Amino acid sequence: MVQSLVTQQLATQQLAKMSSSDERIGDDQVKRLGQPRQRSDVPFFLAMGGLSSCFILLIVLMLAADVMFTSFADFRIALAKPEIQAAFKLTVMSCTVAAIASLLVAVPLGYLLSRYRFPGRWIVDTLVDIPIVLPPLVLGLSLLILFHLPIFGWELERWLRDDVGFGVTYQWPAVILAQFSVSCAFAVRTMRVTFDQIDPRAEDVARTLGCTRGQAFLIIAVPQAARGMVAAVTVAWARALGEFGPILVFAGATRMRTEVLSTTVFLELSVGELNSAVAVSLIMVMMAAIVLLVLRLLGAGPAT
Amino acid sequence: MIELRDITIRAGKFSLENVSLEIPSGHYAVLMGRTGRGKTTLLESICGLRKIAGGRILIHGIDVTNWSPSDREIGYVPQDLALFPTLSVREHLAFALRLRKQSGIQVKHRIDELAALLGISHLLDRGVTHLSGGESQRVALGRALSFRPAVLLLDEPLSALDEATRHEMHSLLRQVQKTSRVTMLHVTHNSAEAEALADRRFVLADGKIHQQAG
Repeated sequence: MVQSLVTQQLATQQLAKMSSSDERIGDDQVKRLGQPRQRSDVPFFLAMGGLSSCFILLIVLMLAADVMFTSFADFRIALAKPEIQAAFKLTVMSCTVAAIASLLVAVPLGYLLSRYRFPGRWIVDTLVDIPIVLPPLVLGLSLLILFHLPIFGWELERWLRDDVGFGVTYQWPAVILAQFSVSCAFAVRTMRVTFDQIDPRAEDVARTLGCTRGQAFLIIAVPQAARGMVAAVTVAWARALGEFGPILVFAGATRMRTEVLSTTVFLELSVGELNSAVAVSLIMVMMAAIVLLVLRLLGAGPAT
Repeated sequence: MIELRDITIRAGKFSLENVSLEIPSGHYAVLMGRTGRGKTTLLESICGLRKIAGGRILIHGIDVTNWSPSDREIGYVPQDLALFPTLSVREHLAFALRLRKQSGIQVKHRIDELAALLGISHLLDRGVTHLSGGESQRVALGRALSFRPAVLLLDEPLSALDEATRHEMHSLLRQVQKTSRVTMLHVTHNSAEAEALADRRFVLADGKIHQQAG
């Protein structure tokens, strides 16, 4: 009896203590509420912005240095050279063909990788990335070996040249093939991500409405992937423009025949024509910018 | 008529064994059951989007177990609706008819008829991305009904709608059933909905389908 009374008393005391401390906390909260915020977000933006601007600044400074180095006369002289004119034409043509071919392969391959779980899928998935991780020179060398490896006396390049009448190595088709083998890998990645982001349920419902898988792909999935296709072409085109190592090894750097603008920069540089090399570099920057801009406008059109 | 004979469905760890169900032609059946019991899986199997591991599926007495979804002539409204983002409302209603190579006049006539029934005539030329929940629901329903399927499967069609729209849809669904005489299987976990709509009520529990009286 006595014990229970004591415990009761203790409990009451404790309750009283708690309630008084509660009041104190309440006061504190009100006090704190009245004060202005002490920690600002400025350091966050300074740190993030500062680090980000390092990269942006580097690009801007590089381009600015190029522009300051050249003069208008350099451009005129460079563009007047028939070799550079031929290289410009071949570059535009080969990049365009490589980009379109990449898209043609990337759309079905990206779709298959995104939608289906088939045996050996991970192997295909890994193989697609190989051109991305392979050193460019090694890729060019591998292409060269592929076309010239004798298999029981038969050789791909000799067969193509003599029987089909269409030589590849050290000729313009080699340029396109070298560009395609890298740019296609990037296009496949882009399309894969694109289809991953499109809900497959719509294609399922289309099939219940009477579509075959092929019709569901063409009528439902492909139109939804339009922006991804524009992005894939852009990436493929830009990659093809920058391609140098594989082209040098597989297509050579023959002036007027297999010379593209990236080879031009290298060739001009190697004969000490720095002005012309920089002028051509800037032309490439402009080409890339125009392609990016045009495709971005196309992509932002009806889809948004 | 929809008839499931001892079907077995396996999807990863989940499985339904030897489930049977029979819905007579022209009836409105409601299948109830708690979330995760396999109601959606069952519907997907009926319309052919999911392979079954055993048993038979019969539609009007024809064994369609191994048929592709495109041949089964089953209207399906999935829970997420899965409308086609690049098509207009009109194109949704015309979709199945164009696949069946119907003439322009037939298609137009059917679109007008459906749009009037569903009250979406004013939306025909709109895209589907900015439609409200109830409007999207009507478009999905119209798309599934357009080719006059013998069977219509509805997966929780009203769960995302507000109270008022839901009541509207109740009467619409009843009207659709009355005019088209389509055999309907409607999946829900809402007993009030089952009460309001069903001729036949089924419950999926413990891996079996039980018919409820009422």
